[in-house]
Amino acid sequence: MLAIAIWWLATEAFDVDPFFLPGPPDVVDAFGRLPGYLLRETWVTLLETLIGFGIAAAGGLVIAVVLAASRTVERMTLPLIAGINAVPKVALAPLLLVWIGFGSQPKIVMVVLLCFFPIMISTMAGVTSTPSDLGELAHSLSASWWQTFLKVRLPWALPQVFVGLKVATSLAIIGAIIGEVIQPDRGLGSVVVSSGQSADTPLAFAALTLLAVMGATLFYLVAALERMLVPWAKAVSS
Amino acid sequence: MIQVAGLSQTFKARTGTVEALRNINLEIANGEFLAVIGRSGCGKSTLLRLIAGLLRPSVGGVLLAGEQVTRPRRDVAMVFQRPALLPWRTVLDNVLLPIEIFRLKRSEHQDHAMRLLAMTGLTAFANRLPHELSGGMQQRVSLCRALIQRPKVMLMDEPFSALDALTREELAVELQRIHMELGTTVVFVTHSIQEAVLLADRVAVLSARPGRLRRLVDVDIPRPRSFGHNAHLEQVATVSAELHQLLLHNDEPQQHTPEPRPPRTRTRRGVLT
Repeated sequence: MLAIAIWWLATEAFDVDPFFLPGPPDVVDAFGRLPGYLLRETWVTLLETLIGFGIAAAGGLVIAVVLAASRTVERMTLPLIAGINAVPKVALAPLLLVWIGFGSQPKIVMVVLLCFFPIMISTMAGVTSTPSDLGELAHSLSASWWQTFLKVRLPWALPQVFVGLKVATSLAIIGAIIGEVIQPDRGLGSVVVSSGQSADTPLAFAALTLLAVMGATLFYLVAALERMLVPWAKAVSS
Repeated sequence: MIQVAGLSQTFKARTGTVEALRNINLEIANGEFLAVIGRSGCGKSTLLRLIAGLLRPSVGGVLLAGEQVTRPRRDVAMVFQRPALLPWRTVLDNVLLPIEIFRLKRSEHQDHAMRLLAMTGLTAFANRLPHELSGGMQQRVSLCRALIQRPKVMLMDEPFSALDALTREELAVELQRIHMELGTTVVFVTHSIQEAVLLADRVAVLSARPGRLRRLVDVDIPRPRSFGHNAHLEQVATVSAELHQLLLHNDEPQQHTPEPRPPRTRTRRGVLT
């Protein structure tokens, strides 16, 4: 709220041209001009983000568990995964166009590429950080690997998993937008691109505002899920 | 009966081998309460882990009821220094953890769990999470978790040392009551002479590095014993003094072996020993 007020005040006080920095009324006006169009494109971006995020979360969790289970597999594949992650994703976008073509799929792939790594790394950190006394307890009860994993290591890892998921929510949106800006056929990214071409800065700001709202909502949804699933995490960390 | 025969343990560390225990021989009778006492780093926890089957001995072995111990057994329960409770499980669910791991029916052991919680005064907390309990209560929960296995042997690794003095005494008295009631064999590692004298039938005194059995001290004081008011104060004082002596003057000079220096470069075998 305060941020919006300062923004408004600044644009009014310095009499900034809406072409460079539109004030809040201009942005609201842009919403009013094209509400159907903006909502439709928001929906497209949201779907890409959610599907990609879902795939990355599922994949990241499974791969992390496999890597944590076997040191050999970890040594064999982690360098490869880290290497792939180091490639700038923006540079991959044109390749995705060549490989997958147009539509939502390349954007979803981009979302997965960006989200996967933080989810996987934080899950691995969680699964391998079981305190030694809990490990020894499981050992003294002759628990099988699978029992130890399900009853001790995985629940213990959940708070860390959620750290990764929360980081990944914003990356998911960034991934969708990278895909859409490079291939501006649909989504809020394409709105930003086309409004730039038609010098409609308020419309671009309207799209960016929608993205910010989407990002915050996703983040807090994941945070709420965390509070539901791991209510004990705060007590343990403090 | 537990027989510890010629037990030695050496660990390979990065800086060379560390001899933790040397030639321990012990017999522990059924229902006996044996305290193992020694300075920190004397290998008392290692001895306990060897009896539990959590470690493999380098030399010698442990027989439990005539069987060689090679891995953890269901009729042997461990209580650790820290309660090691699962923070996402309620007190009752924590107590029932061994039952789940052993793939037994939860419903058949629920009453037993509640009886154990009642015995340790935790009935009202059965559905609380561990972090809502004090340290002493958490350790009581871990005691209940050990008892739900109906163990023949309980191995306790300094179970009260992380607690404040008052809670420690309270729990020691409680453990004595439980031991008298259930007649479980207990091996109790501690560095507190007071606890050892209160609880044990015999006290095994270990010398420091490498841990050797220095002496077995009998504690012939009738139970129930208590801290403070005691008809046998003189005996308590005598035994405590003896244990003090044994712990303070740790090594007989002629047996004293210098600690192995961590070799910087590889030394040829046999050079250090």
